[in-house]
Amino acid sequence: MDTFLDFILLRDPNVWFVVIGGLFIHTSTAVVGTFAFLRKRSLLGDGIAHSLLPGVCLGFMASGEKNLIFLLGGAFLTGWTSTILVDYIVNKSKIKQDTAIAIVLSTFFGLGIVLLTIIQRGNFGNHSGLDHFLFGQAAAISRTDVYVFGVLAAIILIPIFLFFKSFSILSFNPDYAKSVGMPVRFMEMLMTSLTVLAIAAGIQALGVVLVSALVFTPAAAARFWTNKLPKMIILAALMAVISGIFGAYISYQYAGMPTGPWIVIGLFVATFFSFLFAPERGFLKRFKNRRGTSIKIRDENVLKAIFQYNEKNGGHDKLNLKLSASDFLTIREFQTNTLMKGLKSLIGQGYVNHLDDKYYLTESGKKESKRIVRLHRLWEQYLLKRTSIDTDHVHSGAEAIEHILTPEIEAELTKELGIDGVPKEDY
Amino acid sequence: MKTSVEVHNLTVTYGSAPVLWDIDFSLPTAKIIGIIGPNGSGKTTLLKSVMGLVEPASGYVKIFDKTLEVSREKIAYVPQRESVDWDFPANVYDVVMMGRYRKNNLFRRATKADKEIVLDAIDKVGLTEFRDRQISQLSGGQQQRVFIARALAQKAEIYLMDEPFVGVDAATENSILTLLQEMRSQGKTVLIIHHDLQTVSDYFDHLVLLNTRLVAEGSPQDVLTKENLSNAYGGQLTLLSKVVQLIKEKEHPIREKDSDL
Repeated sequence: MDTFLDFILLRDPNVWFVVIGGLFIHTSTAVVGTFAFLRKRSLLGDGIAHSLLPGVCLGFMASGEKNLIFLLGGAFLTGWTSTILVDYIVNKSKIKQDTAIAIVLSTFFGLGIVLLTIIQRGNFGNHSGLDHFLFGQAAAISRTDVYVFGVLAAIILIPIFLFFKSFSILSFNPDYAKSVGMPVRFMEMLMTSLTVLAIAAGIQALGVVLVSALVFTPAAAARFWTNKLPKMIILAALMAVISGIFGAYISYQYAGMPTGPWIVIGLFVATFFSFLFAPERGFLKRFKNRRGTSIKIRDENVLKAIFQYNEKNGGHDKLNLKLSASDFLTIREFQTNTLMKGLKSLIGQGYVNHLDDKYYLTESGKKESKRIVRLHRLWEQYLLKRTSIDTDHVHSGAEAIEHILTPEIEAELTKELGIDGVPKEDY
Repeated sequence: MKTSVEVHNLTVTYGSAPVLWDIDFSLPTAKIIGIIGPNGSGKTTLLKSVMGLVEPASGYVKIFDKTLEVSREKIAYVPQRESVDWDFPANVYDVVMMGRYRKNNLFRRATKADKEIVLDAIDKVGLTEFRDRQISQLSGGQQQRVFIARALAQKAEIYLMDEPFVGVDAATENSILTLLQEMRSQGKTVLIIHHDLQTVSDYFDHLVLLNTRLVAEGSPQDVLTKENLSNAYGGQLTLLSKVVQLIKEKEHPIREKDSDL
């Protein structure tokens, strides 16, 4: 509990560095990642991330110490080189982009491991902690590092803020962007540079293997919640920052726990939560919609049956007949359970009343039942008129359709068929 | 008559194979002009070259007798509907507003005039009630109209449309056509890639018939002759496609150096 309080209250200055540093890095990666996600460049991002390792090692060899600016500079260089190589391979050979990425990614990563081994065997000064760049160690962030990350975040976020309109047009429709004279090639270079830079900034916390999760997962999760690009970007950043703090806390609380994997797990939880619970796009909402539809179909079928019973037994004009449960079965093969649930729901909606064991339509129920039967029969008429269908098939062809026809479509059907009221013909 | 688009000796290649080969024509203004030809005949590439989206191997395009760079704002492009992912987080208004962005106003916020132009364009294509709808929740015909509205918002003189009638219901097709005729009466020029030969003579004042090379260009009566159509569609050009295939295989140059520049 004490460590939790230390962490949450930022009592330990190291925690402060980790949280602020994380804020800078994770906001940058999530914002850049949202555009890369929309431009469908996720795989390329993974390739870039793996290609950073040799750069980190070269930066270390060049400076002889773990100087963050050298390490990030090296990472940026090899990351950039990898994107140029991928483009070159795609343009100059028949190799497709996914294969080109795989080739470049594994080659650079292999090279990085070789360099890492050379450093560990050789005489390059204090290299302890360099392997943190494989899986990430947020706790290693120092005060100077925080400044570096702050500057990086400014370098990444300010151009995106300034060119926001252009970047969104470019992401949606690059051909169009070019057609209005935008410097598309320059913008794409800028975007790639910012992406490489953001990924390079992220490897301290996540490591080269996992950092692409920090770039693309927040965007994927945020997409569930909104249809507005600015909102999506803010949400992605928020989720990345929270997951980052979560990962940092775990590695603070439990010594030796790596930060990166825990951040990724936090991101996964956020994504899964979004997938389940997001309004509109979420799984539960879609499930509920489907359930709502099946309840509607059930209730409307019961109403329809009452109408048809009236029609069959001479109550067509007044629709006043009272039905027992067994009367319903003469019209349609209801399961007793479904029928009772439907009747109960209809009584709740005020469409049906009951007297002892007999059920009858209320005034609004009469109207509603007429509407449903009318829709069903209009659709039957429409199918008979416009398509080649036999009269003995047309009923099943129209069944279920009456439940989704909107008033607008009803009006158009009425106009096209020239039928007022409920058609008499029933198939 | 004033020339809207001049295409001069244009050749475009993908790899080494020519997609457009020595295309040369000048188009009139204030007309609805159809670009027709079989699949793979280079129609989209032609439109993209006029728009400067593909680099020609040789030849050039002029808009109102000036280079594309100078005339850029006089020309608007409606890409194929399938060329973008409609699940992009934006609504109808956002996409049409893209039509108001210019190279030199990227940092400027949309003005009141911009907003009015955008709403007017949305109204012209009949999407006012769908203004705030997420673009993935539109029907194909509505998405097509969003693209047309974006082009209208550009307030251009020449409109290039890549298959605006594909995946569009008959009512929408009619309303788009009416809109195009209205634009023509205001002196605008519309270039349309079209697939349906049956409607060609009803829709267009002027035609460009392509099959890698320019087969014919002119009024519908002059272009839609049996001979021209069988030249473009009937396999009379199989020799041409065989040569194209050979060039592709051998990576052969399509002209000797500097021979006719």
